[in-house]
Amino acid sequence: MRIGFLSDIHGNREALDACLAQAERQRIDRFVILGDLVGYAADPVYVVDKIMEMRETQAAIVLLGNHDAAVISGKIDKMNQYAREAILWTHDELDKAQIDFLKSLRPAYEEDDRLYVHSDATAPDQWRYITDVAGAERSLRATMKRLTFAGHVHRPQLYHMAPLKPAMAFKPQTGTPIPLVGNRKWLAVQGAVGQPRDENPAASWGVFDTDQNEFTYLRASYDIESAAGKIHAAHLPQILAARLYIGR
Amino acid sequence: MAARQQLQTGAILDGFTIGDKIHSGGMASLWRVTKPRIECPIVMKVPTILDGEDATIIVGFEMEAMILPRLSGVHVPKTIAVKSIAEQPYVVMEYIQGTNLLKLLDEAPLAPERVAQIGAKIAAALVDLHRQNVLHLDIKPSNIMLRESGEAALIDFGLSRHLLLPDLLEEEFHIPMGTGPYISPEQVLHNRTDPRSDIFSLGVLLYHFATKVRPWGIPKFNRSLRARLWRDPVPPRKLNPAVPAWLQEIILRCLEPQAANRYPTAAQLLFDLQHPEEICLTERATRIERSGFLTTLQRRFRSAALDTEQVQHVTERPVTTAPIVLAAVDLSEGMEQLAAALRREAARVLYFVPGARLACVNVLKLNRIGLNYSRDDQGRNIHVTRLVELKEWARPLGLGVGAVTFHVLESPDPGAALIDFAKSNNVDQILICARGQSNLRRYLGSTSTKVVAEAPCTVTVVRLPAATNEITQELDPLEQAGAL
Repeated sequence: MRIGFLSDIHGNREALDACLAQAERQRIDRFVILGDLVGYAADPVYVVDKIMEMRETQAAIVLLGNHDAAVISGKIDKMNQYAREAILWTHDELDKAQIDFLKSLRPAYEEDDRLYVHSDATAPDQWRYITDVAGAERSLRATMKRLTFAGHVHRPQLYHMAPLKPAMAFKPQTGTPIPLVGNRKWLAVQGAVGQPRDENPAASWGVFDTDQNEFTYLRASYDIESAAGKIHAAHLPQILAARLYIGR
Repeated sequence: MAARQQLQTGAILDGFTIGDKIHSGGMASLWRVTKPRIECPIVMKVPTILDGEDATIIVGFEMEAMILPRLSGVHVPKTIAVKSIAEQPYVVMEYIQGTNLLKLLDEAPLAPERVAQIGAKIAAALVDLHRQNVLHLDIKPSNIMLRESGEAALIDFGLSRHLLLPDLLEEEFHIPMGTGPYISPEQVLHNRTDPRSDIFSLGVLLYHFATKVRPWGIPKFNRSLRARLWRDPVPPRKLNPAVPAWLQEIILRCLEPQAANRYPTAAQLLFDLQHPEEICLTERATRIERSGFLTTLQRRFRSAALDTEQVQHVTERPVTTAPIVLAAVDLSEGMEQLAAALRREAARVLYFVPGARLACVNVLKLNRIGLNYSRDDQGRNIHVTRLVELKEWARPLGLGVGAVTFHVLESPDPGAALIDFAKSNNVDQILICARGQSNLRRYLGSTSTKVVAEAPCTVTVVRLPAATNEITQELDPLEQAGAL
């Protein structure tokens, strides 16, 4: 089975559609959406509807992210000013059915030898960031599962850890299948679909092939002008549009 | 960890019938196995898991499980099956029939031509391996099989590195990983990203075959591995006067402590091993003694600073730098302008690619039937004349010795000769001239057309800009047939 991982879509319709178009060529059997469907970009309604439909018709697994949680709860005190503005705007855009859908989501999900989580395994609802080997090690020690798939940091990065050893980091190359071999745990942090921050503006996503036991990081170019134009039109903070062009 | 089931002859595991155990070592055991519909002889490699689980053995096995299935070609064993996450992990691969190079060591010192021939086989295997982004990092006689068909095949990828995949051995970085006599200075300093490390180890192997002596003996402690960072080995010719200057040049260049002073690629090493007469000899070739006390002491002090320097630059580098560029030079009269255009193109390519090496090739066309004269009307040796003309063609490029070589090939089919040369020397790019365009030429097929269609590498076709209002002149058909 080939599982497509989409994380941190953040209301970016063009980026999501570009990934889904690429996913058709990649023969994806099933999707896992790793949270943060909304926040930042200007198409939350389209994105939530699309993901709802994917859960209905393709049995996609959908997780809750911190931005989704903020839209539901209104708790935005820990966020920066731009994120707050986007959350308040997003909340007003969504109808009850869409809000109810977000409310039905959980921040982590376990399946076979895999853990799916938006942030990290130590406390999925505390939204900790995995930005280095120390963070990765903390998360890997907190799960019994061999493989962890996470999002939240918007930068693709792969970690692995052998028993009784410290975690190691690896910067993956786009399109090279990486065999997740052996007697060790692996943590594949996904880049963001809707707001990449690794200085590559293309939408970031990934595929895990359960038969081959291989993970592949992928990128999809998308119409940034269009997505940025809508952010301007919605009078969301300009920086949210500008950063899409430079991937930061 | 649950009790592991012991493999036994006659047992069946995932469809493989276990045969005899043919090797039992500290790292792994090897079993002959069979499976319906697999015709070639195959073996199952099973990591030796001792009580308490030795991490290095497991990680080495994981690296093999990662790398082997991604390799292809005659220079590696064909992978049949890999099971890395299981009670009983294993790799099933082709059993390579042939001679293990370790057996040949008893016959050392070998004749220089034999050493070069074996070296060329191994260098060809390294070219193919590095092309696939993999560094072997444990090149030594016991890890090399000479197939019955003649090619060298590399085995045991437990210490290897795939440059596009995570290095699982990274966490063991506090110990140098390799085999004492063969390990490269970079590996001693924990850098596992340089293809030139394999060239160093191959140099140790060639030294051993040429002299029956190991350049740094068999180091007993990790500390003594560092000698290769500062102590130059005894020149091979001192140990065995039968070693010619060109072979000493090759071996000592492979053994340079700084990777930048070695051959930049295995392809360039292979090139020299196949063309000893073209090697540009340096001080290395004539050296008769090791460096003196003071020089050695200086180097030793300098090497102390290497640790930090080297580790800092542990970054991925592209494997194919320093390409071999072939310029197919047409020396016939009337082709002067094209030859000049070809030279300008060569200058452009070499300017942008530091470390590139230019092979200037001219093909002396032989008649398929009838007599071939080796002397011209004035009685001059045609082959020698062509060589002189080739050198004259390249002179304006101002290339340093070692950066350019000259070859006159003889063949009734110039295109085929160029393609053969490109294949056997791992040429990365061919520069070739196309004469004017004409329908007849297109119909008959020109040398450049054939080379473009069949060459194993990039081909750049050089043309003179055609005048816009001029009809391209039809060439005499007879002249056309002799394209180069």
